[in-house]
Amino acid sequence: MTNYDAIVVGAGHNGLTNAAYLARSGLKVLVLERNPFIGGAAVSLEIEKGWMYSNCSYVCSLLRPELFRDLELARHGLQVVPYGGGVTIASTGDILGNYADKDVQRREFARHNARDADAYRRYSTDVMRQCKFIRPLLLRTPPDPTSFKPRDIRELIFLGREFMKFGEQFMYDTIRFYTMSIADFLGEYFESDLIKAHLSGSGIIGSAMGVYSPGTAYVLLHHYMGDVDGSIGAWGFARGGMGAVSNAIASAFKSYGGEIITDAPVERVIVRHGRVAGVTTANGNEYPAKIVVSNLDPKRTFTRLFDEKDLDPEFLDRARNFKIRGSSGKLNIALDGLPEFPALGRDNPLRYGDMHFLDSLEKMERAYDDWKSGTWSKEPYLDLLIPSMTDPTMAPAGKHFMSVFVQYVPPKIHGRDWTDQDRDGFKQTVLDQIARYSPNFKQLVRHVEVRTPRELEDDIGLTEGNIFQGELTMDQLLFNRPFPGYAQYRGPVRGLYMCGSGTHPGGGVMAAPGANAAREILHDLRRPKLVPEGWQDD
Amino acid sequence: MRHKEHFRTAVYQTPFHPRTSALNTLNAWHRWKDYTTADAFFDTALEYAAIRNACAVFDLTPMTKHRITGPDALAFLNRLITRDVAKIKAGRVGYCVWCDDNGQVIDDGTIFHLREGDYRLCSQERQLNWLARSAHGFNVSIVEDTHDVAALALQGPTSCAVLKGIGCSGVESLKPFGIAYFSFAGTELMVSRTGFTGDLGYELWIEPTRALDLWDALFEKGANHGIRPMGTHALEVARIEAGFIQAQVDFLPADQAIRVDRSRSPFELDLGRLVDFNKPNFNGRRALLEEQRRGSRFRLVRLDIEGNKPARSAYIYDARRNVVGTVTSAEWSPSAKANIALASMHMPWGLPGDELWAEIYYQRELKWSRVMARCRVVEGAFFDPPRRRATPAADF
Amino acid sequence: MTDRNRIIIVGAGHNGLVCAAYLAKAGREVLVLEAADRVGGAAITREFAPGFRVSACAHICYQLDAGISRELKLDAHGLKTAHANLRTVALTTEGDHLVLNGGRLEAGLLPDKDRAALGEYHARMLRFARVLGKQHNRRPPRIGGGGRRDLIDAAMLGFEIRRLGRSSMREFLRIAGINIYDVLEESFETPLLKGALALDAVLGTNLGPRSNNSVLTMLHRLSGQATGVTGGLSLPEGGMGAVSNAIAAAARAGGATIRTGSPVARITLEGDRVSGVELESGEMLTAGTVISNADPARTLLQLLGERNLETGFVHRIRHFRSKGMAAKLHVALDGLPIFSRLAAQRAGDRLVIAPDVAYIERAFDRAKYGQCSPDPALEFTIPSIHDRTMAPPGRHVLSAIVQYAPFDPRASTDTARAELLERTLALLGRHAPGLRRQVVATELLLPADIEREFRITGGHWHHGELSLDQFMMLRPVPGAAQYAMPVNGLYLCGAGCHPGGGVMGSAGRNAARTVLGREPAA
Repeated sequence: MTNYDAIVVGAGHNGLTNAAYLARSGLKVLVLERNPFIGGAAVSLEIEKGWMYSNCSYVCSLLRPELFRDLELARHGLQVVPYGGGVTIASTGDILGNYADKDVQRREFARHNARDADAYRRYSTDVMRQCKFIRPLLLRTPPDPTSFKPRDIRELIFLGREFMKFGEQFMYDTIRFYTMSIADFLGEYFESDLIKAHLSGSGIIGSAMGVYSPGTAYVLLHHYMGDVDGSIGAWGFARGGMGAVSNAIASAFKSYGGEIITDAPVERVIVRHGRVAGVTTANGNEYPAKIVVSNLDPKRTFTRLFDEKDLDPEFLDRARNFKIRGSSGKLNIALDGLPEFPALGRDNPLRYGDMHFLDSLEKMERAYDDWKSGTWSKEPYLDLLIPSMTDPTMAPAGKHFMSVFVQYVPPKIHGRDWTDQDRDGFKQTVLDQIARYSPNFKQLVRHVEVRTPRELEDDIGLTEGNIFQGELTMDQLLFNRPFPGYAQYRGPVRGLYMCGSGTHPGGGVMAAPGANAAREILHDLRRPKLVPEGWQDD
Repeated sequence: MRHKEHFRTAVYQTPFHPRTSALNTLNAWHRWKDYTTADAFFDTALEYAAIRNACAVFDLTPMTKHRITGPDALAFLNRLITRDVAKIKAGRVGYCVWCDDNGQVIDDGTIFHLREGDYRLCSQERQLNWLARSAHGFNVSIVEDTHDVAALALQGPTSCAVLKGIGCSGVESLKPFGIAYFSFAGTELMVSRTGFTGDLGYELWIEPTRALDLWDALFEKGANHGIRPMGTHALEVARIEAGFIQAQVDFLPADQAIRVDRSRSPFELDLGRLVDFNKPNFNGRRALLEEQRRGSRFRLVRLDIEGNKPARSAYIYDARRNVVGTVTSAEWSPSAKANIALASMHMPWGLPGDELWAEIYYQRELKWSRVMARCRVVEGAFFDPPRRRATPAADF
Repeated sequence: MTDRNRIIIVGAGHNGLVCAAYLAKAGREVLVLEAADRVGGAAITREFAPGFRVSACAHICYQLDAGISRELKLDAHGLKTAHANLRTVALTTEGDHLVLNGGRLEAGLLPDKDRAALGEYHARMLRFARVLGKQHNRRPPRIGGGGRRDLIDAAMLGFEIRRLGRSSMREFLRIAGINIYDVLEESFETPLLKGALALDAVLGTNLGPRSNNSVLTMLHRLSGQATGVTGGLSLPEGGMGAVSNAIAAAARAGGATIRTGSPVARITLEGDRVSGVELESGEMLTAGTVISNADPARTLLQLLGERNLETGFVHRIRHFRSKGMAAKLHVALDGLPIFSRLAAQRAGDRLVIAPDVAYIERAFDRAKYGQCSPDPALEFTIPSIHDRTMAPPGRHVLSAIVQYAPFDPRASTDTARAELLERTLALLGRHAPGLRRQVVATELLLPADIEREFRITGGHWHHGELSLDQFMMLRPVPGAAQYAMPVNGLYLCGAGCHPGGGVMGSAGRNAARTVLGREPAA
């Protein structure tokens, strides 16, 4: 059997990015994927004939442009297309839209509250300041604040200097921003409940926290810090669905000589003499390698791939206690035509973007209360998009693909596993909400794929179906992600690395964890620097 | 649920648009907040010449306007603004700036003391949020009424004669920064002796439904006084000659600054005269007192630069070729026949007599060249005709 | 009479009194003005029904700073303990209570794993609480601005966290920003135990157990036990008012003058500096320095006025989160209530009703939407068991903190109060079956009532939420977290500043030190 320098477990976009950099550095790299297809949660699957489903992640903004460019993803077929619009429809029939033009946007806000309209500029400036601060940190390894190693101290000083650049007030504001609830944060700027609800969605997507929960302001930032062509905070579609991202990275990987084997679920990471020696797959194959990189979430990596005796019990506890907290579900819908939303009118350009049906923060918080009590939200928060309106490759002409992200959906129903009946109930809840705003929606529905946390876990391997491979809370961010003392992509066993979204800087199809992990691996192998760091003064 | 589909008209037209569009032979427009506004009408040089030689009309309607009334209007403004608003009597206008708590300029503008206790605040940026935040604890009403008032600037030596022609008798005795009211076309026409050109000139304020009547009267009576419409390009030349600064060009509004060193204090914009420490508390007072004690970081200067290549966005160097400043606005001055610029200098540079050099890039026949041009720090406006202040105003 | 050297302290709460005592000790001329007819602010004892006395707001003493107690010789000034080292009894209706003494289980049943984890948990949290406790007697440093001293203080804080040792430091940084639910889930199984421990984290706050910041509030509460007077949770003889009276006596002994019944209407200015205060009676009192023990919003927005401040600062003060979520219940009883299967001597301990974490979370969920919790969580004591001054012979008084009650209930305050009273008495009755028949009189203070009686804006005992965004150098707001306000000569010394609420006295002493450093006597 061939000897590999490194084996990457899982062909998610981060695993592939990691593998690509290792291969480019000249290592012999193998990626093992348990599914018959690559991509993990960044996939496009033809589930209904003629329709491409971005059936997990569905939009693209955070993918680091530094990596896009460095891996020549355009040459490997990736195209990211911005979409405009985005709208919140209230139950009164009123709307609140996103307009790229700032004067038009201001008028839109002013329809609801004149003071809030001007407050939006201040709000944007303040959030932008946070984006500017964090963006250069995404492609860096978090320093260990308890360490006295020159490298950690250097990084801490870098971090401190970045922080200082924005002034004393900014430092206070940053501490506040990272610890406040999105509701309190927005309350410092806005009065209108609909405006606050509209802006708060980004604070809860993928998180098991409510809009009133302290810590959600940061989650908002996590969704704002991306960009499409320098337009910070903008989102786009990967042409051909999110699988295009994974396919392009895989293509880059293969062009560097890398190898991918699908249908090859890794069962065990082999540990010999305190360091990794390779992996075995379910069909009994053994792949020796001195480096194993896991793209799986940290909990899964350590509770499923390792023999308990190979890990320190305290560390294993840490892994078991890693907060995953599935909170989202998804409906992927093939439509026979374009649904109408009377609140918008026929040719309203807002329809090209993300649609939400909200009235107030309170309604959103109540959706979270349902999750806490062990059931899916009866009035869920939906992030609904019709990518086929922008991307003609997603559905046959005249037909459409609708992607509906649903918050909140618990990993268990009242402490027990999901049943098919639960799943149907959940599906009905979502379809009913959409139908309340779109009278012809239900008759256009041709096929619905329902993804509860159960399916997300079983099909993709995301524990509890958490889209970020772990909550984005203070105890699991930066030098705490995934665990304090293990934030520099190295596992507890020599030769083991982590490269999934469970590591810094987290999820959202950024490819940054994969790249950062590769940087650390190459550092340990004393190979030349290869992985780009963030652009300065971003 | 008003105007849910307002986006279908992304850009508004001012009440003068039927006339300005008919006259805009170049079809040259750009956005100014919600409105479309003319870059130029037929020839920027001639439009500019009209400002200095006859008179030119500029459509001011898009300028942000706020109406401030109520028992605490004066107290509110005095806390908001750095100068003493009590000194701006009814019927007078004052140029002003307002700062955040750190003494950094949020915007500049003009306060019109329309009638006792009734104020209009005009600004470059929209300020409703800051004004509303500042209003807590004051019994004051603040309304943004940009769309409810049509406004024109009539600027140039013959502007007074034209106004007299349309029935504003006695307007010649209006002093600079004075306000007068006239009845016109069955409504009230407010005339203020203000402007952005540094020349004799007026600004005219009227309800939008009478806007076209006003325009028509001006052009009818102005025909013999050389009246012309002007666009933003011509105004820009006159503004820099007058040495006036502009938000987003010469300074960044403090509430839009992302990095700490990007905003400016009034002292750093050469507007120390607008800061009155003899009045009690106002926004920025503590920080500005501190700045006076510690010294400023920047200095705004007016530069006369050798040669004739406008020094747009140029770096300014000292004798040892260190970068010590940046040009924020630059033009060739047709009136002064000088190559003029406004620049933001790091302290302590920018005193009259300092040796300073501008690095200018210019293009001739697609070939780029670079020159280092010597700069002279100038005090006061580049062009400052006596007619600007003379009262009574002459006819030309 | 003008007296530039005089220092006026607005409000004779315990922090105002501590501040007065230290300034008087340093030889300053101090005048304390108190609106109520007695000193103490929210640390008072008063009669709520004929013969029945109660600590009207704070009701257990556990955070009083040991240094302050010693330096001000509070025992010499009459402070006595009626009962110390109160245990915490987690009550159930069935009678399988847990009796906790810090990290030790003294009675009740717990699985071995939980029993071991409890000791470890308590020791770990106490270690972290000590780090916070060490900060109590320091002025919070400014970061990135400030001067040399700020740098040194910030470095000291870093050093103290580092000194925990590498793995403890990591653990501290991990949990400091999160919620008690997550931490308890990692360590324990028994719902009753988790409920009781979670209650410590949310008492008096606007947080549910699952709200981030609730670890911080728990550590803050514990920090008093880590650095406060020995004796753990204790009941002062004569109620919490006795603490205030002792501090007042110390202040008077040092030469401070205390005037009660003298509500301040406004703080007066001369130029950029305070010049004194005007009383509601119209009397003008001059002073070179004014220190306010009132909450930040009341001090700055009402007594000083927005127009004497700057817009950005006013905006921050207006958004200082200060809406209370806890109600206070006082019950006069004509006998000692019998709790099912609880030893009689235990009824004098700190009793809590919080059967599990989800129970508290549900209580919180209702309050988020402006409703008093239909099934509230309680902390209560029957101080009359230990202190006969509190009730007539043979009779008793019960003092409870009822969690949660919103500041602005959607129903009218009267309806909300009546409903909460009924639900709470019913809840108590389920745990002590005869209790309802023993009730002689009741008083329930909602946050709105607390605002009115104690003149605390929002009725929040801590003057404002204790959460990371309102903590240390951010308390009450960035730029004014070092006791000095942005008006010369004006200071804050109450719970609205670092280190926040709880009857500690640290804010008062820190403010006094700041004033002594910045306002030299002429």
